[in-house]
Amino acid sequence: MQQLRDRCAIVGTGWTNYSKNSGTSVLSLALEASKKAIEDAGLRAQDIDGVVTYSLADSVPTNAVATCLGLPQMRYYADLSAGGNVACAAVTKAALAVASGMANYVLVYRALNGSSGIRYAGSDFSRILATTSIHTDAEQQFLDPYGILIPVHHFALMCRRHMVKYGTTTKQLGAVAVTCRGNACLNERAMMRTPMTMEDYEKAPVIAEPFRMFDCCLQSDGACAVVVTSAERAKELKQKPVYIMGAAEGSGPYGRGGMWGNYWPDHAECYAKYVAPDLFNMAGVTPRDIDVAEIYDCFTYSVIVQLEDFGFCKKGEGGAFVEGGRIQLGGELPINTCGGLLSEAYIHGLNLVVEAVSQLRGDAGSRQVKDAEIALVTAGGAATTGSALILRR
Amino acid sequence: MVTDYRKPLPRPTVDTKEYWEGCKRHELLVQRCRDCGAYRFYPAGMCHRCQSVNSEWANVSGKGTIYSWIVVNRPVSPAWADEVPYIAVIVELDEDAGVRIPGNLVDCAPNDVKAGMPVEVVFEDVTSEVTLPKWRPVSCSE
Repeated sequence: MQQLRDRCAIVGTGWTNYSKNSGTSVLSLALEASKKAIEDAGLRAQDIDGVVTYSLADSVPTNAVATCLGLPQMRYYADLSAGGNVACAAVTKAALAVASGMANYVLVYRALNGSSGIRYAGSDFSRILATTSIHTDAEQQFLDPYGILIPVHHFALMCRRHMVKYGTTTKQLGAVAVTCRGNACLNERAMMRTPMTMEDYEKAPVIAEPFRMFDCCLQSDGACAVVVTSAERAKELKQKPVYIMGAAEGSGPYGRGGMWGNYWPDHAECYAKYVAPDLFNMAGVTPRDIDVAEIYDCFTYSVIVQLEDFGFCKKGEGGAFVEGGRIQLGGELPINTCGGLLSEAYIHGLNLVVEAVSQLRGDAGSRQVKDAEIALVTAGGAATTGSALILRR
Repeated sequence: MVTDYRKPLPRPTVDTKEYWEGCKRHELLVQRCRDCGAYRFYPAGMCHRCQSVNSEWANVSGKGTIYSWIVVNRPVSPAWADEVPYIAVIVELDEDAGVRIPGNLVDCAPNDVKAGMPVEVVFEDVTSEVTLPKWRPVSCSE
C-alpha cells in the first residue's frame, strides 16, 4: 500500500476579508476565496475538477460553487456535515482524491457568515448539531434543559476536568490568549489587532467559568480556500509547493457526542491522543521536528490539551508548556502565528491551513517563523474527534 | 408549578421516553444491559460494552459525585437571563462511574462546588408535563 506522504501539495490559497458583517452572501464569500486560491496557484477555474467543503448547515454546497466557477466537470466532491474537527480532514480528502487519480486539482473551501448569520454561540446551536448529525436528539434533550447549550459550555466542562486533574490555571489559559493576540497584531487579515495584556485577559467578563471572554474564539464572516494537486503537477505551478507529509484523523473509543462526549474515557484527553501516532508515523517526523504549529484554538484550553496529546510535552504539563514565551514567535514552538481562531478569525479552522502554507512559503512578513520547514496544523478543539496535517516546504 | 416556562424542554424519543416518564414519578431510571449488566447513558438501543439489544430500566439510587462543572454567567438567550449564574454539572452515578449525567446543581453556591463532591438527585416539576432531575449537595438533606 502506497502511503500518502509527500504525494500531494497545497499549491494555492485564498481568503476574503474577515469581518463581523460581510454584507454579502455566503456563496459570494465562497466564490471570492475560491477564485483567489485558484489564481494564486496559477490555475484557471476550468482546471479544477474536484471540490470539498464542510459546514454545519451554514454554508453553500460544492455544486453551487462549481456552477458559479463554471467548472466543466466535478470528478470528486464532498460536502461534509461537520465542525472544525474536519478542517484538516477536508484537505486530506482532497489529497486522497488526487493521490487515487479521481481528480487532478481539488479546491477546498470553508465559507460562513458566522457573525452576521448563524452564530454558534446562539441558543439554536444544539438544534443545529442535532440536525446536522453531529450529535443526536438524545444529547440535545439531556443537555439543553440544563443550559449546556453552546460550545463554550461544552469545552469549559472539559477544561474543568483538566484543571481538577492537573492543576491547570486560568493564567495558563490566558497565556494562550495573549500569545494569539500578539500574533494577530502582526497579521493584516486579523480581526483583533488591539494588543492585549494578561491584565486585560483577567479583567474580561466571565462567560462560563472557568472561561472568560478571551478564552473564546471569534465569530466571523468570511471564507478561505486552498487548492490541492499532485506533487508532480505542483512543480509546474506558480507557487512553491507545500507538501502534505502526514495526515491523520479520527477518534478514540466512545467518542459519541461531537462536543461533550458523554462516554469518553477521560475528558482531560482529546482526539489527538489517538490521531498523533498515525500522523507522525506517516510524516516520519517527531514533535521536535515541528517548526511552527497552528493549533485549533476554538478555546484557549484546546491548545493546552492538544499540545499534550500530540506529544509536545508530558500529559498534564500543557499548562506549564504554554507559559514563559515558549509558544510565542521566537520561542521553542511558535503557535497560531496568524492569531488563530481566538484573534485572527473563526473560519472554522481552514484559516489555520492557509497560515501554515504562508509560513512554509516564507511569505508571512513580520510574523514569519525563521526558516520554517515543517508545520503542524490541527483541527478539533479538545473534543473526541479531530484531524491533523503535517506540511513541509 | 411554573406555567410560563421558557427554557428548553426535553422532547422524549423512542429511546428516552421511559427515562422522562420515570422522572415524572420522581424516579431516576437508567438503562442497564440485561446481558452484561452495564449501565448506559445516554439511552441507546444497543449496549456499548457487549452489543446486546436486551435492556431494562433500573431504578438507581440517585446518588453520585460531581465529575465536572461550569458556572454560566452570560445567558445564551433571554430565557436564561433570570437563571444566571447557574451551575451546570456532569454527575457520575454511584452505581457506575462510567455513567455520567448532565444536569444542574442547586442549593449550592458557585464557589462551593468541588470535584468529587457527593450529590443526590432532586426532582423539579418544571411544567405539568415535564420533570427535570437536578442535583444538590448531599449535606443539604442531612
